[in-house]
Amino acid sequence: MDLHSYRRFKNRLALTVSMLAMGFGLVWLVWILATTIELGIAGINLHLFTQMTPPPGSSEGGLANAIYGSVMMVSIAVAIGTPVGMFAGIYLAEFGKHTWLGSTTRFVNDLLLSAPSIIVGLFIYELVVARMGNFSGIAGALSLSLIVIPVVIRTTENMLQLVPNAMREAAFALGAPKWVVIGRVTLKASLAGVMTGVMLAIARISGETAPLLFTALSNQFWSADLDKPMASLPVTIFKFAMSPYTDWQQLAWAGVFLITIGVLFLNIAARFLFRAKHKQ
Amino acid sequence: MKIDKDLIMHGITDTTELETQIALRNFNFYYGKYHALRNINLDIFKRKVTAFIGPSGCGKSTLLRTLNRMYDLYPEQRAEGQLLLDGKNLLDKGVDLNALRAKVGMVFQKPTPFPMSIYDNIAFGVKLHERLSRVEMDERVEWSLRKAALWGEVSDKLHQSGMSLSGGQQQRLCIARGIAVKPEVLLLDEPTSALDPISTMRIEELVSELKDEFTIVIVTHNMQQAARVSDFTAYMYLGELIEVGRTDDIFIKPKDKRTEDYITGRFG
Repeated sequence: MDLHSYRRFKNRLALTVSMLAMGFGLVWLVWILATTIELGIAGINLHLFTQMTPPPGSSEGGLANAIYGSVMMVSIAVAIGTPVGMFAGIYLAEFGKHTWLGSTTRFVNDLLLSAPSIIVGLFIYELVVARMGNFSGIAGALSLSLIVIPVVIRTTENMLQLVPNAMREAAFALGAPKWVVIGRVTLKASLAGVMTGVMLAIARISGETAPLLFTALSNQFWSADLDKPMASLPVTIFKFAMSPYTDWQQLAWAGVFLITIGVLFLNIAARFLFRAKHKQ
Repeated sequence: MKIDKDLIMHGITDTTELETQIALRNFNFYYGKYHALRNINLDIFKRKVTAFIGPSGCGKSTLLRTLNRMYDLYPEQRAEGQLLLDGKNLLDKGVDLNALRAKVGMVFQKPTPFPMSIYDNIAFGVKLHERLSRVEMDERVEWSLRKAALWGEVSDKLHQSGMSLSGGQQQRLCIARGIAVKPEVLLLDEPTSALDPISTMRIEELVSELKDEFTIVIVTHNMQQAARVSDFTAYMYLGELIEVGRTDDIFIKPKDKRTEDYITGRFG
């Protein structure tokens, strides 16, 4: 075999292995998606959005309280986690890059990023639930926000680091103070990336069950009160999918379908928003 | 600022019509422990183009970046000696860096448009130092774009992103952004090294026009460019200023053997 055909052979071999690996990964993903759609779509109807989670065996019932709870807690978690994460990320990338505080924060944040979410749930249980004396929606939102923060810190820092230093220097060279350079130039240049991070965080917490089990618990009935236990899609799915009742199982699949579609829709919407903004 | 007697050393005998804008005296610069610029003595004249030439790593960009104290962004870098702008030492404590940078603008090697519209790219710097009405700002934007020979190409798309322009246009936008602040000195750090020949030619023409109003210092690794655009040329080698003089003198009859070797292409 001459040199060139040997290289062609190596090239094909590498390509085949990568394609197989990709195929292997993709098969499961598509399978999961297909199952979600197949089993979930049957449970989609108007009642899902208007009626509460039913007792077992009843022919009616929906997920209205769980949907509301999820949207509520995820929104609050993002509202808390995004600014905290962004400011901490800005500190890490623009101020504390080589400082002791910066590298320590970065290390601790990486730990938090990979910490099992059940630990976050237990932590908030000790901190909030135990002191308040009852499970509550706000405790659920807080524990979710603790999952959002490290994700947003990480992406903000990474995205700011991607901004070429030349752009920073150019802004300084015009006589801009540091806060203007960061606020109007570097942050603006990395905003799309930071928002992708926020989207990733939303996708992650939309499906988190463990931190809600100890904090928001769940609620069979409608409750918009953040001081009271609050229903959520993941916990409801967990409860219903484990049950022996087929109508509950059907609702669980419908919930899975809703989360998947919701996250997908959010991602697409964000992409369109940023593309439209970038074009002007 | 009056002309210094040190100039005799530079071989510039005819000093009529020359006025010093920036003067470096016993100037040294360090990257941490590394001694990057050694004992530089140099005058940069008002409304003239001064070119820094020399092989890679000789310190020409380093020298340029000290003139607006860009190095202040990096804590391990420091300067010693005197760096006088209109007679005031810029190395003194308490110098307002933002005010300094309004007076001494800079354009970089790679075009660096900000992620905003063409109009906002220019208004960005102006807003930092002046309060202008909407109409005044419109006028300033047009003025600087005309000065940078870009107005004709962008006047109908001022609200498009600055990133959407070609490389050469982006670089002229950066020049327009620099002059919109109305500085006295414009520092150009290899402004054409990332551009095609036609864009390079336009920037060079622009430099020749701008010197009527601004003191220009240009770093270039292209000797022909230095010969084409500059009035004065400084040759640097290994952190030292080897020779400085009128560009014609430097290129036709350099005094130092090292300058001659570099210019004739025997080395570098």
